[in-house]
Amino acid sequence: MRTLPPLARRRFVQGLAAGGALAALGGWRAALAQSHPAPTAELRGAEFHLEIGETPVNFTGAARVATTVNGQLPAPLLRWREGDTVTLHVTNRLREQTSIHWHGILLPSNMDGVPGLSFDGIDPGQTFTYRFDVRQSGTYWYHSHSGFQEQTGLYGAIVIDPRRRDPIASDRDYTVLLSDWTDEDPMRLFNKLKVMPDYYNGIQPSVQSLRADAASRGWRAALSERLMWEQMRMNPSDLADVSGATYTFLTNGATPAGNWTGLFTPGERIRLRFINGSAMTYFDVRIPGLKMTVVAADGQDVRPVDVEEFRIGVAETYDVIVEPQDDRAYTIFSQAMDRSGYARATLAPRAGMQADVPALDRVQLLGMMDMGMAHDMGGGDHGMQHGSGAGQGGMVEVKHPYPAERGVGNSMLPDVVSTRLDDPGVGLRDNGRRVLTYADLHSIREPADNRTPSREIELHLTGNMERYMWSFNGVKFSDAKPILLRYGERVRFVLVNDTMMTHPIHLHGLWSDLESPDGAFQVRKHTITLNPAQRLSYRVSADARGHWAYHCHLLYHMEAGMFRAVVVE
Amino acid sequence: MTSKTKRLGACALAMTLLAAGAHAQSAATDHGAMDHASMGHGAPAAPDAPPAPPPIGSLPSSDGAGERGYDSYGIHPHMMDNDPTWQVLFDKFGMSRNRDGQNALNWDGRFWFGTATDRLVIKSEGERENGGGSDGKVEAFWSHAVSPFWDLQLGARRDIGTGAKRNWAAIGIEGVLPYNIELETTGYVGSSGRTALALKAEYDLLLTQRLIFTPELEASLYGKSDPERGIGSGLSTGSLSLRLRYEVTREFAPYIGVSFERKFGQTASYASDAGASRSQTAVMAGVRFWF
Repeated sequence: MRTLPPLARRRFVQGLAAGGALAALGGWRAALAQSHPAPTAELRGAEFHLEIGETPVNFTGAARVATTVNGQLPAPLLRWREGDTVTLHVTNRLREQTSIHWHGILLPSNMDGVPGLSFDGIDPGQTFTYRFDVRQSGTYWYHSHSGFQEQTGLYGAIVIDPRRRDPIASDRDYTVLLSDWTDEDPMRLFNKLKVMPDYYNGIQPSVQSLRADAASRGWRAALSERLMWEQMRMNPSDLADVSGATYTFLTNGATPAGNWTGLFTPGERIRLRFINGSAMTYFDVRIPGLKMTVVAADGQDVRPVDVEEFRIGVAETYDVIVEPQDDRAYTIFSQAMDRSGYARATLAPRAGMQADVPALDRVQLLGMMDMGMAHDMGGGDHGMQHGSGAGQGGMVEVKHPYPAERGVGNSMLPDVVSTRLDDPGVGLRDNGRRVLTYADLHSIREPADNRTPSREIELHLTGNMERYMWSFNGVKFSDAKPILLRYGERVRFVLVNDTMMTHPIHLHGLWSDLESPDGAFQVRKHTITLNPAQRLSYRVSADARGHWAYHCHLLYHMEAGMFRAVVVE
Repeated sequence: MTSKTKRLGACALAMTLLAAGAHAQSAATDHGAMDHASMGHGAPAAPDAPPAPPPIGSLPSSDGAGERGYDSYGIHPHMMDNDPTWQVLFDKFGMSRNRDGQNALNWDGRFWFGTATDRLVIKSEGERENGGGSDGKVEAFWSHAVSPFWDLQLGARRDIGTGAKRNWAAIGIEGVLPYNIELETTGYVGSSGRTALALKAEYDLLLTQRLIFTPELEASLYGKSDPERGIGSGLSTGSLSLRLRYEVTREFAPYIGVSFERKFGQTASYASDAGASRSQTAVMAGVRFWF
């Protein structure tokens, strides 16, 4: 039996649907696009009732059913207070099992919400009560950890106000939750990827693109690079497995035409809490005309840094301060990393105002550095490789110690990798804008436990795009054994990205304290992005007992096996 | 077995082992080289500076995994990393018309069911002439991944169409060569000491994102003549087909093309005796589709 959510909630989502329908009629750039003045669905307090159900939505002109919380997509913003004990009653009104994971929140393992690891999941008709102490503040989010419910809409923001005065003062405070919506059944989508991994890739190397390349740098260089990729059986355009070919990108649940709008009065300090709640999409975010001051990453305050653009990996959060002085509208432009589409929202003094929407950037393909080639193959004039890299942890030769790295599940073994924290990643290199990199992120506070790690756990991110296999060390989840940490120890995780894709790696329950290239603590995060052929290290204090999930936060990579259990005992 | 059949059998086996061996060899290459200790140490710290952190790669290292499996911790996560899937794919399905004005239906399709590494694959390929005979084969394989780009396939083949129905045991490899050339090589052993080898290679050249040009080479070799099916020993037929398809969607792509086929040796003589030509050119049109 299907229980419909309350009528008022449905109307809210159908309001958003009007934007989606409009998009289908008039195109994304439709000048008459309707704007929604910030429909913030916020729940505040220490006790919450959340009902997970199905809600009809329409983002593209096609009626679909989303997985929602209290009938809302995104799920309601939960506002907690540091030091409180929160109680969350989660009721399952679906016909299948569900769960909620509180992403980046420190809590007992049995409250973490991963079926099979932390608890048994929430069966249809059942209510599970989560209760835990809130021991941190900042911007986080929550999402389902069951099946593909995260793809179909089950994600929402968490904002935790600090116990004491917030050092980051602002006049207004908005969450900006980015996500990717598909009208397709995610299971079908996953099967398509398994049958034809480049199904959604519309930027593949072709004779047409070869001619364009040759026109800009000569046939010799263009051909030699093309042949090198062909020889390796690799694809330089493999920037995103799932693209705008099926995705509609949303800001706070609104399509680009729907144009979510946050209001301001010129001269105000606005805090924008960006959250990437996508299943698969990296976004490059900018607000033309406004400088953004990044003040927090993954909920943790960082030394303020001024940027014009930042890349937000799946599951990451960034808080930025903007101070618009003029009586005009500004576009929050979040383009997908593969430039197949964008999410769009507006900051405006009055509802209905809007600013120009920039054109998508040109696609930047993967280069020699992403391949981890020891030597430049010659003939190539790739400006992007130089400058980024050497400064922040130069090239090091990499060993591939695990036998399965050379097995069926891994098709690429880089010769050299580099830490290159100052590399903004493919697509943002040398784009003429001041782009945030991990090298810019420095936590304001040092971790309470900042002991020198006593040992290293080295994991290689592995994959075989040809077969759509994803894993750590060439071993997929079901063939692996849990990673063991001793309670109280401080361990260094060393991650090496063998693959040519960018992966956001998330460790539940324990902080990931990213290190500088020389091995010192730099910034505290819960999700860490690795570029192709990159090596990063971070420290982990095993200060919470239990079973924790550890995985790539690209949903279909995780389901394909890029997942490990971590046991702290 | 004649010496020729032995050579053919050995050839098929060698091709198979080549792919499998490349994998085995690389898997055997150095393990246990986890010794990062020699990778250098940080400069000694100045007296009043905090101690330099240990350089990355300088601490005792492992993959972190314990001895025990998930069950002993009561972990049962619901992952889909072993879930099977399936596909029906017709690379060719359409009509051809040769120089002599003969029309024929052509097909080359497969069904598979399984995981990323183990699949049941059923393939069929052939043609049926309008008002004439037909020729083709149906094969079933267990296809097992032996390296990132290669599958070893074990199974059986049955010849269908005009002439005696032959049954074969089959062993082959299928995968992608450097430069993205797709290759299928299968060796066959039948009753009465019959052996055969089939080769197929193709390459997809994207002209644009939707317009794709595909050259395809095929060859058949037999260890022993089979007059009932008009086959002579040695290289019997070779063909080159050039197709141009337009992907209306990924799943549906009409194509047009041309094919050149040539019979060799005794096979050509059998054809001449039957009043057919040794070589044939045909134009074709059809659709490549999958679901």
